[in-house]
Amino acid sequence: MNAIALEFKKNAVRTVKDLQRRQLVKTALGNFEIARNDKVARFQDWQKARYVAAKLKWEALENLHANIQRLEENLKKNGAIVHWAATAEEARRIVSAIAKEKNARLIVKSKAMTAEEIHLNEALEKEGYEVVETDLGEFIVQLRREPPYHIVFPAMHLTRYEISDLFAQKLGSQPTDKAEELTMIARRVLREKYIKADIGITGANFAVADCGVISITENEGNARLTAALPKVMITLIGIEKVIPKLEDLALFLPMLATAGAAQLISGYNTFYSGPRKNGETDGPQEYHVILLDNGRTELLADPIERDALRCIRCGACLNVCPIYRTIGGHSYGTTYCGPIGAVITPIMRGIEDWQQLSYASSLCGACAEICPVKIILHHHLLKNRKIAATKKPVWWQKIGFKIFSKISTCPTLWSIITKCGRLLQKLHPLVKGSRLDPAYAWTKERDLPPIAPQTFKEWWRSKK
Amino acid sequence: MKVTLFIPCYIDLFYPQVGISIVKIFERLGIEVEALESPACCGQPAYNTGYHDETKEAAIKLMEQLKDAEAVVIPSGSCGAMVKVFYPELFEGTEYEILSKEVSSKCYEFTAFLVNRLGVTDLKATFPHKITFHDGCHGLRELNNKLPPRVLLSKVKGLELIEMKEAETCCGFGGTFSAKFPIISTAMGETKCASALETGAEFIVSCDSSCIMHLQGLITRQNKNIKTIHIAEILAQQ
Amino acid sequence: MNDRGTILASIQEALKKPSVKQDIYKAEDNISELIKQVMPPVGESFDERLALFRKNAQELKAEFYAVNSTDEVVQTILKIKDAEQWKSVATHPNELTESICNRIGLPILKLTAGYDITEFEKCSASITVCDCLVAQTGSVVVSSASTGGRAISVLPPHHIVIAKKEQLAPTMSDAIALVRKKYNGNFPSMVSFITGPSRTGDIERILVLGAHGPKRLTIFLF
Ligand code: SF4
Repeated sequence: MNAIALEFKKNAVRTVKDLQRRQLVKTALGNFEIARNDKVARFQDWQKARYVAAKLKWEALENLHANIQRLEENLKKNGAIVHWAATAEEARRIVSAIAKEKNARLIVKSKAMTAEEIHLNEALEKEGYEVVETDLGEFIVQLRREPPYHIVFPAMHLTRYEISDLFAQKLGSQPTDKAEELTMIARRVLREKYIKADIGITGANFAVADCGVISITENEGNARLTAALPKVMITLIGIEKVIPKLEDLALFLPMLATAGAAQLISGYNTFYSGPRKNGETDGPQEYHVILLDNGRTELLADPIERDALRCIRCGACLNVCPIYRTIGGHSYGTTYCGPIGAVITPIMRGIEDWQQLSYASSLCGACAEICPVKIILHHHLLKNRKIAATKKPVWWQKIGFKIFSKISTCPTLWSIITKCGRLLQKLHPLVKGSRLDPAYAWTKERDLPPIAPQTFKEWWRSKK
Repeated sequence: MKVTLFIPCYIDLFYPQVGISIVKIFERLGIEVEALESPACCGQPAYNTGYHDETKEAAIKLMEQLKDAEAVVIPSGSCGAMVKVFYPELFEGTEYEILSKEVSSKCYEFTAFLVNRLGVTDLKATFPHKITFHDGCHGLRELNNKLPPRVLLSKVKGLELIEMKEAETCCGFGGTFSAKFPIISTAMGETKCASALETGAEFIVSCDSSCIMHLQGLITRQNKNIKTIHIAEILAQQ
Repeated sequence: MNDRGTILASIQEALKKPSVKQDIYKAEDNISELIKQVMPPVGESFDERLALFRKNAQELKAEFYAVNSTDEVVQTILKIKDAEQWKSVATHPNELTESICNRIGLPILKLTAGYDITEFEKCSASITVCDCLVAQTGSVVVSSASTGGRAISVLPPHHIVIAKKEQLAPTMSDAIALVRKKYNGNFPSMVSFITGPSRTGDIERILVLGAHGPKRLTIFLF
């Protein structure tokens, strides 16, 4: 097993044992489920809505080559500056060049998974810039020097008390157990940052080709302020986010909020087309849009895995995933965790290092059932497993399955094995649950039922 | 009508009473039953681990055995989904494509067969106990099998079904997953058991003996005050 | 090759391979019709839609007043002003909002290019018009064209929106169509669909209003 896989197992075990943390996550997501079902029920036909959303996003991808060029053209018309970054490194280079040119010191950021993906903060900090996350959850995990726990709710694993202690220690605030007071502490700190910031960096949810518009969804208004106050605004967006028409957002925006956040619509859905225009009183003087590939065309090139690019990063699949709920967001060790992370990471970052994420699933399919764009996530996990097993089979597994297949297809062998099993089972109590037990992986935590005195096949034969 | 019964390996070895109950139920309904002697396994463990070539031998053998069957019944949502949903995917574009689709179309999970194909809902069974029902994930989501078991249970005399909060949440078995990631698997099982215990039921009932094997294994090890039983065993009780 | 060329080439190359099993998506569908069929219903009459807007907006903690005249708007604002002890209000160059502000009896900051951010920060509220309201979601649509800029609808603690009856769009689709038509070819640098006051649930999923933007959002319709 490689180092990343070992780390994964170790972290997963640690979280599993942290019962309190698991309970916190479970309660949060449990309440969430009720609210989500209520919003889903308001749609006239949620299932058909999923179909339409899937179709729209699918067609957008099939026409990505034309759509993305149209987007570029229209963004330029609106006065934005468009950059292309094939790799994380190039994207970091572009941001850092802008920051340097503007003599920036302080950079505010609103939530951007793309920035997490390319480790932008670390890079900018290394170059001496102060980078401040403005989304409350992101701000909290940034103070803890931790990655987000969830792609939509970054600090969901923390209690009020932990956050209060954190703020007291890092910001010198008075301890409090009120979420409201904690929020206001952050608001005050961040307001000052906004006013001083030189550059605002955002992620984005959609890029609309026909108007040259970037659509950003949020609840706090922090992205709105990031886009309003600093002189320079930068949006870092994955190339899969391009859709052809503004009209499509009439469906996507409510579905995104419903599936991922149990809201009929999010607090702010904002379209940005460029820098401030003549006659507008504020807004950035420059608007940069960075189109990021960083492995996405890998996914696109795979006719089977391609549809994972439909993902609108709503987070719904994480919310319902019993594995995510059990091992938590940090165990994955990736930017994108939960089912979607387990699907795309092995393809984007290498199946050999990341295949364990595809295997760490019971394939229950709760994710596919909720996904607003109908990505059949658990079937993708199966496909990833096939790729892993074909590329680099584990020899003992391969042989094991071959032998088992021989036994199971030969009635005589099967009955011999049944009888041997029954005999060996008599010795089982000697080793049961210990490392010598051949069934250790099972019996360490569970009992194994005994082989029946008369199996079904034996019964059937005697009956006949 | 004649039914061909495919009994998955773990039912054969560990839970023969499930198969026996099913044979009895069919006989009572006047349906002729033929149980397959071989293969013993549908090949799902290899398939789910990504070893498709190693899956094919058993799959082809099973499909050939079922070629002339009128209807195929599998008392497991999981193995049922393997034959019904994943065989056609596995053999797509091969010489077995058509056969896999034919077999798929006449294959039923046990409760779905009774309710959807035969239209039988009342088996005149009696089971005077409080139970809660665990939806096996493959039966629920691959085969869309939410209603049939509940319809059948609702007709059982004396039986009281109390739905648990996490009825649709995975129990954590997941085939080879349970052995590859035992800690995660059992933690999920504990969540499931806790939810079942909350209902005050005496039994966790399921259409899947594989989930039951995992849950019962935990229950025995941790001395929990609840039992498990396959739905066929209840439906056979008179 | 530069990154633009690389990415475009990879996309083109990738899409040469047809997708697997996506026949379902080939069917020709009338998308706008389908969207109408699946989205939450909005009723037929103006009154139904007004009621729906009210319900949706209030559910997300916005305050909503359907009134008959600007007089009523002013009366209500005066009450809020006293209750919240306003010191000053911000608005944008606009006949309607300016005339309302003039009747509140407080210092007015009319935002124009180069406004003083610290002065603006001190304002207790902002009063703006909007592009439209959306009954289906309870949203208010504002833009950097209709309200003069970006910060005015998000920076002050209380945002007051003045809308006219004819501005109530039934659905999201209608609102987007309206925006497209209004700004055809000359898109404002920002268009925002605002639903309820600024909010967060980032701490233990407990709802807190005023995370960064307004703690209160009040909408008048006349
Ligand atoms: S895969 Fe689907 S459910 Fe998961 S984040 Fe993406 S869109 Fe949402």
